[in-house]
Amino acid sequence: MNQGITLPDSHIPYVQLLDPAGKACGPLPAWAEDGSALLAMYRMMVRARVFDAKAVNLQRTGKLGTYPSCLGHEATHVAVGAAMRAEDVLFPVYREIGTKFWRGVTMKDVLLYWGGDERGTVYEKSPQDFPFCVPIGSQMPHAAGAALAFRIRAEPRCAVAYIGDGGTSQGAFYEALNLAGVRKLPLVTIIVNNGWAISAPVSAQTATQTLAQKGIAAGVPGLQVDGNDAIGVREVVGEALARARSGGGPTLIEALTYRLGDHTTSDDASRYRPAAEVQAALQLEPLIRTRHFLEARGLWSEQAETELRRECSALVEEAVREYLATPHQDAGAMFDFLYAQFPAHLRSQRDDARHYAAKH
Amino acid sequence: MPKVTMVEAINLAHMWEMAQDPAVVVLGEDVGVNGGVFRATVGLQQRFGAERVQDAPLAEGLIAGAAIGMAAQGLKPVIEIQFMGFIYPALDQIANHMARLRNRTRGRLSCPLVLRVPHGGGIHAPEHHCESLEALLCHHPGLRVVCPSSPQRAYGLLLAAIRDPDPVMFLEPTRLYRYAKQELSDDGHALPLGQCFRLREGSDVTLLTWGAMTVETLKAAEQLATEKVSCDVLDVASLSPIDFESILDSVVKTGRLVIVHEAARHCGVGAEIAATVTEHALYDLLSPIRRVTGYDTIMPLYRLEHDYIPGVERIVDTVRATMTD
Repeated sequence: MNQGITLPDSHIPYVQLLDPAGKACGPLPAWAEDGSALLAMYRMMVRARVFDAKAVNLQRTGKLGTYPSCLGHEATHVAVGAAMRAEDVLFPVYREIGTKFWRGVTMKDVLLYWGGDERGTVYEKSPQDFPFCVPIGSQMPHAAGAALAFRIRAEPRCAVAYIGDGGTSQGAFYEALNLAGVRKLPLVTIIVNNGWAISAPVSAQTATQTLAQKGIAAGVPGLQVDGNDAIGVREVVGEALARARSGGGPTLIEALTYRLGDHTTSDDASRYRPAAEVQAALQLEPLIRTRHFLEARGLWSEQAETELRRECSALVEEAVREYLATPHQDAGAMFDFLYAQFPAHLRSQRDDARHYAAKH
Repeated sequence: MPKVTMVEAINLAHMWEMAQDPAVVVLGEDVGVNGGVFRATVGLQQRFGAERVQDAPLAEGLIAGAAIGMAAQGLKPVIEIQFMGFIYPALDQIANHMARLRNRTRGRLSCPLVLRVPHGGGIHAPEHHCESLEALLCHHPGLRVVCPSSPQRAYGLLLAAIRDPDPVMFLEPTRLYRYAKQELSDDGHALPLGQCFRLREGSDVTLLTWGAMTVETLKAAEQLATEKVSCDVLDVASLSPIDFESILDSVVKTGRLVIVHEAARHCGVGAEIAATVTEHALYDLLSPIRRVTGYDTIMPLYRLEHDYIPGVERIVDTVRATMTD
């Protein structure tokens, strides 16, 4: 009689290398030992946070459109960027500015995009990375497709896809993982589980105990990592990338963090989220523990912190100045990039757009 | 020159371009070992290998979305959606990403790909296998929508579609896949996208159509010729962007226009053509523009499909009415 099967991959490991107090949970990976790699990451985490606060302020004062804050996600975002190689390709959602900055996207780019200007997606330093993806989950098949291209051309490169906790409810998430599993594609997917999909908590999103286990059905190994632990995230993403690069196939990584801000500037999380929960999450946020770790190793000080904050503010202000001084696109720009070759029938529409734009 | 069916011509176009351009890859359900349910991709996997001709998992949204990632990486995917009624899960990817990637990155990334999909009814297929959904696709700037009507045009237009730097939706009329054989010069010669093809020269009335309806329309034109009505028959072929210049030239010449399509009338491509012609050539018209189309109903199961698809008689009657206005 058929006794059924026991799944071999049903254990979901949990990785935490840096605890909330900033103490190493055990032996650290070699790259993290001397702290210099983490120092560079910390500086970028602070830059993302300073930028983020400014972006929210710009929205509040009418100088930026709707903006999704990354507050609390900085460790995951920066660590993923740090683990990637330049030739890998990023498929973000819309909140991962720490990764984007690490890969050379400028603060001005991000401001232009959320300020309603497509030119903010012309990434000079990471020309193959995809722009932000607003329709939830739909970036996943793109990442699988890029990974398939790497496989077909036998290139040692990886596709790195982000998705949110809510995004794991989308069919596209499973479809892409399924392809990655069956073709052993070099795809590393990071689920940023920040607890909330606008107003829906994870408990309303799925009955699974973890989001990482959603990979099991696709034959994709999954694990959880403390998403506020920059060392842990970089380590597990780095391992997954190394495995993917050498033909070992995809990995699904669930980074556990918390959305300390509203979903976007158009959202008011106090309508649905208890303040106590946010307060508790604040104790676990990523910057303080990273700073404590660096301070304990003599790599950081109050003075260094003050200087970094000042430096970041100056850089952000400069980016804001450049953003605000950027001339609007010509109204004809909405026509110019639809096709490689301009279609004749759009000429009169473009003329109209320019004519009326010139009047106001 | 060998005589081939349309589906053989489509296969030959794949063969030619895959041999010329190593970036061309094929992805779709059953396209590999099985050669596609209509056999359009038969022999490709045997010749070019399982990496370049991949059987995809059964998920149309994934196939369309993965093609975007592949195309942005410099491959030229030719993907197959098995039947037009199954294209809906892929529409998110087509509308939100394929059509927009070039524009939203200001030309940094693009989607040079072809999405092939069988189009239309008339082959006694099951439910959801017989739809004519070109209007859904034409409503998305950034896409090209093409529908061939003969083996040679299928061959030449598919080559052009694969070589085009933008996403091309390539609608293949199932009724014509094996309808007739035509001599084909398998020489890699592409036909231009964005242009009409004149199928019959005439002076009294312009008949515009595309895809499988070219058959009924040409038969109608032949019958009308015996009644001394001279029809200028144009295969629109590229439904987006449309070659309005050729259409207007013909309408100005004849002064009368009948548009024939299999898709439902409401918000169909015929409505767009009629509106554009009235905007530019109303005073050249000697009679109102008329449309002969599928009805505004759900495509019926196959026992009624020939009552839905416009027949020669409906076209002839409509042209006669146009001539006597």
